[in-house]
Amino acid sequence: MFNVEDIRKDFPILSRKVNGKPLVYFDNAATSQTPQQVIDVIVDYYSNYNANIHRGVHSLSQEATDKYEQARKKIQTHFNAKFSHEIIFTSGTTHSINLVANGFSSILKQDDEIIVSALEHHSNIVPWQMLCERTGAILKVIPMNQEGELVMADYDKLLSKKTKLVFVNHVSNALGTINPIETIIKKAHEAGAAILVDGAQACPHIKPDVQALDVDFYVASAHKMCGPTGVGMLYGKEEWLNKLPPYQGGGEMIAEVTFEKTTYAALPHKFEAGTPNICGGIAFGAALDYMNAVGFDVIAKYEHQLLEYATEKLLEIEGLKIYGTSLNKTSVISFNLEGIHPYDVGTILDKMGIAVRTGHHCAQPIMDYYKIPGTVRASFSFYNTKEEIDSLVSAVKKANMMLA
Amino acid sequence: MIVTIKDIQNDIIDEFSMFEDWEERYQYMIDLGKELPLIDDQYKTESNIIKGCQSKVWVHAEMKDDKIVFTADSDAIITKGIIAILIRVFSNQSPKDIIDADTDFIEKIGLKEHLSPTRANGLVSMIKQLKMYAIAYQTQLN
Repeated sequence: MFNVEDIRKDFPILSRKVNGKPLVYFDNAATSQTPQQVIDVIVDYYSNYNANIHRGVHSLSQEATDKYEQARKKIQTHFNAKFSHEIIFTSGTTHSINLVANGFSSILKQDDEIIVSALEHHSNIVPWQMLCERTGAILKVIPMNQEGELVMADYDKLLSKKTKLVFVNHVSNALGTINPIETIIKKAHEAGAAILVDGAQACPHIKPDVQALDVDFYVASAHKMCGPTGVGMLYGKEEWLNKLPPYQGGGEMIAEVTFEKTTYAALPHKFEAGTPNICGGIAFGAALDYMNAVGFDVIAKYEHQLLEYATEKLLEIEGLKIYGTSLNKTSVISFNLEGIHPYDVGTILDKMGIAVRTGHHCAQPIMDYYKIPGTVRASFSFYNTKEEIDSLVSAVKKANMMLA
Repeated sequence: MIVTIKDIQNDIIDEFSMFEDWEERYQYMIDLGKELPLIDDQYKTESNIIKGCQSKVWVHAEMKDDKIVFTADSDAIITKGIIAILIRVFSNQSPKDIIDADTDFIEKIGLKEHLSPTRANGLVSMIKQLKMYAIAYQTQLN
């Protein structure tokens, strides 16, 4: 039985105060909080078996290696990858995307086309622009509509034999829209293109099955799903990962090195040069254990209740407008008060102990579409409560009164 | 009597000491921000803009009787309120006095967080910009 009060006891940070008020943490889309179970794993690693992995003959190194590889298996199981070597540890989503973009620079040719969506985070725009500059490929954009959804009819028109790659996020970070990735993936493949899905914002709420999706690449960050910062993953189909050249050179990623020629290690090590974030990887596995124990079905259902409650209550405030009104959304509300700058609202909310994100959310094209400087974004997690939403609503009312 | 930058800063510290809580402090800044049309629209140009991640700031400077007159604006009202305070301190002062002045008073009136370099609201860059203007005009005077 899901009991939010029990869940909250797992998160020590939720009992602290900010500016003299109990913390209300609604910036979960930026980073999630960490349960004691994951903190304990981090402490245990540095207290008991901190060692470099994959190269030591000694026991500590063996222990650390085992735990790290167990974590890889946990990630494999969670995302239902066919092989554990299809899971590459990275420093996070941005690193994962850059790794793939870099790999494709040796595959793409002049006038090849790649498609991104209008809902992307800058980290899923800039690497592809850089790739286009290097290769002479052309970047095309799937447009969005007023509801903050992708215009799928236009996607159909953009696809052609020239399309080599499609990149789209599973869930928009700025608006919370869940994109129809099943269809997007299917159509990309029909056109003969590869597809990468950025799952950074989806994975805290949805458990993706990469084999069922038949996606070529799927990327995510641990810190948005109760894990630590600085670690994430790239899932790639074995055939694709074998096709892509290594990203960084260094230790760990080689099979044999002479000055004449170096041969690369097999997957996954080919993409894991240097000493990785060992503790982070192990804690990532623990975070998945934690979230799976709570249960993604339960999480999705509860967060949807929070979303509906908050949407209803916030819309009662005069002059409040919500951006991103798709029926298919995660628990994210991006909004503005009429005539008031989001930065001002965020500042007042912070004074009242409420953490939200303000600004363009690294998604300037979306803000340009709506012709706004940014939004206030409240994003809810399964450890948030309706009472906290009530606090948000009364704080927004107060901000409205002070600023109007 | 000459009103120095330090005098103005002390006046502001006195004024803020009368506020009992953050609400009164912020309401005062918001009102300052609302009241003042700070910059002539012709100076709200791309070259006068300081882009923060969060809010935009425009700054314009001109020399009058060996003193620099600053005008500025922002699209966010709290930022604008703080600008009003900074303008009150730095405008109508000699380039040398502006160059020598510090901004410690901001901490004393409880607004330090707004001048953190990580806040990205354009205010830190704005103060740098005010000083740069002062250095440029000082060079002209020499």
